Amino acid sequence: MSPFETVIGLEVHLQLSTKTKIFCSCANQYGCAPNTNVCPVCLGLPGTLPVLNHQALLYGIKVGLALNAEINSFIKFDRKNYYYPDLPKGYQISQYDFPVAKHGFLKIKSGDQEKRIGITRAHLEEDAGKLVHDNSGSCSLADFNRTGTPLIEIVTEPDLRSPQEAYDYLNTLKLTLQYLGISDCDMEKGSLRCDANVSIRPIGQTSLGTKTELKNMNSFKAVKTALEYEVKRHEQVIISGGKIIQETLLWNDEKAMTITMRSKEQAHDYRYFPDPDLVPFTIDQKVIEDVRAQLPELPQAKFLRFLSQYGLSEYDANILVSDPGMADFFEAALKEYPQAKKIANWLGGPVLMELNNRKKSISELKLTPKELVVLIAKVEEGVISNLAGKDVLTFMLDEAKGADDVIKEKGLAQVSDDSSLLVIIDEVIAQNPAVVEQIKSGKPNAAGFLVGQAMKKSGGRANPKKLNELITRRITGV
Amino acid sequence: MSPHQLTAHALLDLIKSGKISAKDAYGDVLSRIKAVDGRIKAYVRMAQTEPDFNGGMPVPIALKDNLCTKGEEVTCASRILKGFHSPYDAGVVEKIKKSGGTILGIVNMDEFAFGSSCESSCYGPTFNPWNLECVPGGSSGGSAASVAADEAIWALGSDTGGSIRQPASFCGIVGLKPTYGRVSRYGLIAFASSLDQIGPLTKDVGDCALLMNIISGYDQRDSTSVNVSVPDYTKALVNDVRGLKIGIPKEAFVEGLDAEVRRSVEDALDLLKKLGAVIKEVSLPHTPYAVATYYIVATAEASSNLARFDGVRYGLRATPAKVRKNALVDMYEETRSKGFGDEAKRRIMLGTYALSSGYYDAYYLRGQKVRTLIKNDLDEAFKDCDCVLTPTSPTVAFKVGEKISDPLSMYLSDIYTIPANLAGIPAISIPCGFSQSGLPIGLQLMGKAFDEEMLLRVSYTYEQNTPWHTKKPNL
Repeated sequence: MSPFETVIGLEVHLQLSTKTKIFCSCANQYGCAPNTNVCPVCLGLPGTLPVLNHQALLYGIKVGLALNAEINSFIKFDRKNYYYPDLPKGYQISQYDFPVAKHGFLKIKSGDQEKRIGITRAHLEEDAGKLVHDNSGSCSLADFNRTGTPLIEIVTEPDLRSPQEAYDYLNTLKLTLQYLGISDCDMEKGSLRCDANVSIRPIGQTSLGTKTELKNMNSFKAVKTALEYEVKRHEQVIISGGKIIQETLLWNDEKAMTITMRSKEQAHDYRYFPDPDLVPFTIDQKVIEDVRAQLPELPQAKFLRFLSQYGLSEYDANILVSDPGMADFFEAALKEYPQAKKIANWLGGPVLMELNNRKKSISELKLTPKELVVLIAKVEEGVISNLAGKDVLTFMLDEAKGADDVIKEKGLAQVSDDSSLLVIIDEVIAQNPAVVEQIKSGKPNAAGFLVGQAMKKSGGRANPKKLNELITRRITGV
Repeated sequence: MSPHQLTAHALLDLIKSGKISAKDAYGDVLSRIKAVDGRIKAYVRMAQTEPDFNGGMPVPIALKDNLCTKGEEVTCASRILKGFHSPYDAGVVEKIKKSGGTILGIVNMDEFAFGSSCESSCYGPTFNPWNLECVPGGSSGGSAASVAADEAIWALGSDTGGSIRQPASFCGIVGLKPTYGRVSRYGLIAFASSLDQIGPLTKDVGDCALLMNIISGYDQRDSTSVNVSVPDYTKALVNDVRGLKIGIPKEAFVEGLDAEVRRSVEDALDLLKKLGAVIKEVSLPHTPYAVATYYIVATAEASSNLARFDGVRYGLRATPAKVRKNALVDMYEETRSKGFGDEAKRRIMLGTYALSSGYYDAYYLRGQKVRTLIKNDLDEAFKDCDCVLTPTSPTVAFKVGEKISDPLSMYLSDIYTIPANLAGIPAISIPCGFSQSGLPIGLQLMGKAFDEEMLLRVSYTYEQNTPWHTKKPNL
């Protein structure tokens, strides 16, 4: 066992999906042609002034409340001064000493343990633009479409004790944020980004070791891998008698290693000071309470409710809750068809498989809870087999048709009448004399093979229960 | 009198009665500019588009080179912004255009409004119409000189620490810095955002009220503009100060104040007293710290406001012949080294220092605290009086070049004007006499927040009973 304890803190930047940018009226939109979604204000042209988008503030409060944090009713913005070509004003408008939320926590499950991760603060700020580096290396191009996109930065206490815990925290945080409906939380689009601070210390030591900051991880898995790499590097340096240098490192995913970006000495002095263009103001307690009243049920509460209210297994409840759309779909379906376990099985099985195959979320599928329930009922009534049911689902999605139509058009209704089934069964018995002998000699389980063969011949349409009955009766006469 | 010599209200009367067309009036002012601006050098460029003359108040106006006008170049008299054309109109420019105002051109200023003499302009100095060897004051020196020389009927300037009032005083005209938040700053290229305010420079108090009517009002694009209703300022032009209480800060008449200026201001006090005003001594104990406080707060904000001039998107971009650090840092350094003048560099460095980690509490934060004390002093004074009277500047206009290498003595030129900016209150400068050498002297009145009407009333009364505003320089 390692003689060291790992200490990790995370900073998550989340783009808020408000209609317009945080300080101007440009659309908050992803994927426009470069520098088309800009105006004099977000371009920081001389003479322009920022005006706060109130919706961004409300979203920030929502995040704070969901993270069990105190909300600062005194709203103030500060300037963080630094030079970079993607930052048109030469400063970023952020919140320094009065973040919108502070002193919160998020409960996570890591392995079998539940743990409370402290949230130091969450503050609002504006996103910068994006630099595109020309392949020839002769120039860089700046795209300011992203400039002014509202961001909330969520900073944890150094409470995480392993890369796995960091990974679990990120997944729980992302799910919580998805439930709030304030961001698409898409790391690929850059709407969710994460930096990590990591240090190690001898087990038992209370003071923190020297930390390094990791940047440039583009997935939660990369965060975990980068942290694992960095923890190992810290251990090797310390065991070999060296010292960790406080610095900022870039994770290189291809090479699977960290590279120095800047040392502590090169760290910026951001010269924070209150932005004189944005007058501080106090928000009414009622505004905060209104946001609180509108908070949706969060995943952990929903999970517990699904267990108690519907008697679901933890496994099933977990699958449903891990996608807010799925949980809503489940409860909508339940209103039409009060069979929680059956609906959960369908959603966690065939539906989830379709989602994965199609790389879509449930809200993007052309499937209503009502239609799914019709399908489940057909299976339960024995009109189609369970196996055929999955095919029907695929057709329903491919062709945007109801279960009834698909079953009729494809001729998938289950065959249950004795005369049709006996024709197939007789063929199967004739082709498998050895298996027939086994059954006769007192091994009834061997009948399963014959059922499978018969099912194949029926094109999956035979009623399996009926098949089993008929085969046993045909061979043993019982 | 030729149209260019008229006040706006006199000119508007002539236009309305059909005695002159708006176009001819505009042409007459242009001719005047052609005739005298070679000596004054108030204008840095003329408007690119000729206005239409169909608006209600077609008064030929000059704009300071830090107000954005759609399609026009705007440079803050700095090399770093040369070639930048604004794609939008400032809030005040919209209002001027809407009123029918006819823009003549863009006038000179100290670079980024950093200065009290108009000498730090990249275009070179503007000269005082009363004495061409003297400065017109600053930073709105071009605005003041153009109006005093009848090269504009009126002008807009901006005032961060006295930049409207001090040049108005040096040039013998009226200049008003409105209450912070009274006029939209949208489209004013910022010097110090918490102090800047746009205001009128005019030939008399009546015009000042008229121009305030045009430019005042809430603008949702400026979070610091205040949503209170705008009165008709011309209604404040009442020739009566009986019973009004005018405060005189005992700290105002101390060393450094020129004897002639002192005498003129005291004469003005006597006159106001004769006209029925009550003169009261007040104390502003923290005003001796105003200049020091101002140079911390204003430069801190300026250092951040000027960060956007980095050569990336507009204006000047310079790259050194040889690579020094890396292409990006080299470009930043070369652009800003070549683009900014000495005073701009000095203030960027001062402000950067005041905001630096480890110094913030001792400088910026303490500066903000003293600022509150100065504001409290004034609030206290206004409990007892309707306005406070001081000289506008401790001296009359000084010689070109006299103070350019002595920034501290230049900074002291704004000792009387700075407190109003720190407190956010309105203040006006009006002519109150001439020195032996024939240079104008101005007095300043400070008022309660959003009580520009009081300043206009007292100023108007004084003006009605004195000849100073009728004097014209010999050009």
